Amino acid sequence: MTDISSDIVQSIVAAKRELPGALLPILHDIQHALGYLPGEVVPLIAKQLNLSRAEVHGVITYYHHFRQTPPGSHVVHVCCAEACQANGSEALAAHARERLKDSDLTLEPVYCLGLCSIGPAVQIDETTLHARVTPEKFDALIGALGERS
Amino acid sequence: MNDIDYGTPAVVADRQVTLDIDGIAVTVPAGTSVMRAAVEAGVMIPKLCATDALEPFGSCRLCLVEIEGRRGYPSSCTTPAEGGMKVRTQSAKLADLRRNVMELYISDHPLDCLTCAANGNCELQTMAGVVGLREVRYGMAGANHFTDVKKDESNPYFTYDPAKCIVCNRCVRACEEQQGTYALTISGRGFDSRVSAGQSQDFMDSECVSCGACVNACPTATLLEKTVIDKGQAEHSVTTTCAYCGVGCGFKAEMKGAEVVRMVPWKDGQANEGHACVKGRFAWGYATHPGRITKPMIRSRISDPWREVSWEEALTYAASEFRRIQDKYGRNSIGAMVSSRCTNEEDYLVQKLVRAAFGNNNVDTCARVCHSPTGYGLKQTLGESAGTQTFKSVEKADVIVVIGANPTDGHPVFASRLKRRLRAGAKLVVIDPREIALVNSPHVKATHHLKLRPGTNVAVLTALAHVIVSEGLLDEAFIAERCEAKAFAQWREFVARPANSPEAMEAATGVPVAEVRAAARLYATGGNAAIYYGLGVTEHSQGSTAVIGIANLAMATGNVGREGVGVNPLRGQNNVQGSCDMGSFPHELPGYRHVSDTITRELFGHAWGVEIQSEPGLRIPNMFEAALDGSFLGLYCQGEDPAQSDPNTQHVQSALPAMEFVVVQDLFLNETAKYAHVFLPGASFLEKDGTFTNAERRISRVRKVMPPLSGKSDWEVTMALANALGYKMDYAHPSEIMDEIARLTPTFAGVSYAKLDRLGSLQWPCNDDAPEGTPTMHVGEFVRGKGRFLITQYVPTTEKVTQRYPLILTTGRVLSQYNVGSQTRRTENVRFYDEDLLEIHPHDAEERGIVEGNWVGVVSRAGDTVLRATVTERMQPGVVYTTFHFPESGANVITTDNSDWATNCPEYKVTAVQLVRVDQPSEWQQRNAREDKKQHQLLARAGTA
Repeated sequence: MTDISSDIVQSIVAAKRELPGALLPILHDIQHALGYLPGEVVPLIAKQLNLSRAEVHGVITYYHHFRQTPPGSHVVHVCCAEACQANGSEALAAHARERLKDSDLTLEPVYCLGLCSIGPAVQIDETTLHARVTPEKFDALIGALGERS
Repeated sequence: MNDIDYGTPAVVADRQVTLDIDGIAVTVPAGTSVMRAAVEAGVMIPKLCATDALEPFGSCRLCLVEIEGRRGYPSSCTTPAEGGMKVRTQSAKLADLRRNVMELYISDHPLDCLTCAANGNCELQTMAGVVGLREVRYGMAGANHFTDVKKDESNPYFTYDPAKCIVCNRCVRACEEQQGTYALTISGRGFDSRVSAGQSQDFMDSECVSCGACVNACPTATLLEKTVIDKGQAEHSVTTTCAYCGVGCGFKAEMKGAEVVRMVPWKDGQANEGHACVKGRFAWGYATHPGRITKPMIRSRISDPWREVSWEEALTYAASEFRRIQDKYGRNSIGAMVSSRCTNEEDYLVQKLVRAAFGNNNVDTCARVCHSPTGYGLKQTLGESAGTQTFKSVEKADVIVVIGANPTDGHPVFASRLKRRLRAGAKLVVIDPREIALVNSPHVKATHHLKLRPGTNVAVLTALAHVIVSEGLLDEAFIAERCEAKAFAQWREFVARPANSPEAMEAATGVPVAEVRAAARLYATGGNAAIYYGLGVTEHSQGSTAVIGIANLAMATGNVGREGVGVNPLRGQNNVQGSCDMGSFPHELPGYRHVSDTITRELFGHAWGVEIQSEPGLRIPNMFEAALDGSFLGLYCQGEDPAQSDPNTQHVQSALPAMEFVVVQDLFLNETAKYAHVFLPGASFLEKDGTFTNAERRISRVRKVMPPLSGKSDWEVTMALANALGYKMDYAHPSEIMDEIARLTPTFAGVSYAKLDRLGSLQWPCNDDAPEGTPTMHVGEFVRGKGRFLITQYVPTTEKVTQRYPLILTTGRVLSQYNVGSQTRRTENVRFYDEDLLEIHPHDAEERGIVEGNWVGVVSRAGDTVLRATVTERMQPGVVYTTFHFPESGANVITTDNSDWATNCPEYKVTAVQLVRVDQPSEWQQRNAREDKKQHQLLARAGTA
């Protein structure tokens, strides 16, 4: 972890440590800032929150959302919850796996993006949402990211 | 051999409820689980995740029951018993459910039971039998954890084999609830759930402190002692008491014949209630270390090789030399040192030998160099030289003040209790120069940390008293009823002086005024307030004054005489309390009665058939002084190592060879034995019967589990030496020695081995007034009648920092090592800590160009030595710290001859030093290494002579 990311972590922890149940908001903020939760942040968080490293680690590994390794250049979430499944998200996910298998993008399932009536839904980098995504539309979205293979 | 497991912890409640379990009526305290109630009724409900050391968890689903009028199958561990409840623990449906659950467990568990190390003591195996598992319909071919997981053998004492894990969480909960370290978690979720140490690391790389609670809690072979893997399951067990710190944990020594397989904390041990630490639980291998000396040896000069001889020859030689010296130099020219590691009976015998056979009072104990100020300070104020509470009392404390003690390292099993209370909401004040672990660790945070400069305890304590008096926080009613009015008025006037205010003291103590004021208010008004203190209080030039200051605070706020409060010295060694009780001091006969008291002297004189001297004898430091001036020339040193443990090593190393004759009785060739003429092999705690008395005045039995390697237990050796000196001692068993102690000592009058066997342990005073002992002292009235406030004028130590010696060195110990390390250094505990390190604040390190791992010369007015530095913010600028576990580091070469004004307890905690960068060991270390090598060569020739 660089000095800069260490500073980011310190300031996130300092800002939220007094919240009740501060651990989850802190983990979310750090992952948002750094893209993942490096192992080195665990002792920093633990010390500040009066927790053990094991406890913080237990929470991080419990939630699939939290990443312990850096993601690819972009993170693509395909919704695999019930409504999107009914609209063909399984096939879309299979297509996405094939399409991205040699790329440096990270593909992850997500369970409900709240777009149940217009699935299958895809989210890119937790910033843009896309509805009624077909394999073709998916390829176009990926193409627009200018991914390196 | 295994105790009954009630499944969930006992509940204390005012109300009892009666319920029906399988047709049996059982009455239990309200809040007791159905599971525990069933066990009380003799009904065993199958279980895996429940054990009575831990709160119920309800995850294994084996303990399901049917309750009349309720739907479904509640888990009996999480269901509280209610009046009138009708419970069925067995039915066809329950049997079906339990078998199905067990089938799922076993589908992911290897079937190598016959070769598994837990075979014969595996709860999973037992429960499979209990529920009648006959097949696993899922087969064993599905996804499992048999092969994809690596066994963790990193810890020297136990292994972690995830393949055997059923994820019952017992280990994780034990680490949290019992130990309070939180080193374990469950990582992942669902099928990926695994017990994980730290951040899915090896145990050795995690926060694990190797207390063994997880191993104890594990129902399978997942966490298992390496000794059990090596030796197999034990066939019998013997209950005994740990020989390490002053907590005095009860253990069951699990044995195969005369070989220890493992030491398991005793559930019914009142000092530890089933918990342990890395020392007592695992570090007992020194008892059979190849370095043990098991044959008596003699030599004429300390430069001669040792010669192995018979017991008779060694004892006759020793006796003749002692008599020769007395004939030549007078009766008072010899004496003895008593060890706080030996049993009460052994300590009693040594002081009896000195008073009856030597005919003088030259006997002192190593408590001189640790807790003698406690004995003095508490006797003067409260009337008894002992702590006021049980350890359990901490469970009722609302405010806990820890002064000059590091319980997580020095008294770990008590620390776990203390932390549990803190997690339940009690407030903590730490008064210590270092940021000890209690200040800030998982789920524990001190409300106030008064980070004082070493040597200013009295200033801080008096300032706290000033705030209590000046802000009207006194418990006036308590003081009026229970304390001496005149002494209180004088004290009140004294502490109220502006010179004793936190404002006036700040310059000396370095503690901010607001912190002192807030801490004083919390202590005085926060409910039940208890003070726990250690050697950081006593080992100062004003050690006794500080103990008095603590007693003053407790009396001033009415925090004495009930549970949850009190003044609690944390004793360093296993039997510090006992050795003091047994009259091992030169001025006191057993039971803290002064030798100048004619009635006491006549009582003992009559019983022993001798006349006892009325003048106190020599204290340990006086013995060394007298050796150097030629008036003290013979020493019998039992189980002690002053050449390493006492301050100013070079002074001790010049005094010992000035004596004409030194007898050392020990397990190993310790540092003092290098100056000895007779070596009498000692016996470890596993090799003898006796009793230890812990910090809560609790007398517990030590039981022989194996024959003494040398053929004699220590009490037999002392008895034989007395007989060789012509003073007849004739005891067939240590119980007879205890009977004699009880006959002659009012506070022990009701103590006997029979009663100890019946009740497990006894807290003295134990006599007709308190036939089952006294858990809390000074209830209703102080032992001395009225409590006495005493003036605590702060006098700065003469050991001042100067430009030449600008830093203060203070000393302490670590969790894995014990005192001079003669035991723990001979175990795998060296894997946790293998050299004494010098802790230094980053600011001081940077100023001197010192980085982590550098060799630094530590120079004081007494001497110099070389230690490796570790840079840490635990320290405050201007203060450095080291331990004294390894003789080669010579930590006591630097400590000085300064000592407590009242008791001569050395000022270990304050030495002015300077640090210099060096690249080789100090001159003393090089000389000592050469001498060490030479003495070991002389030892090697012993068997061949």
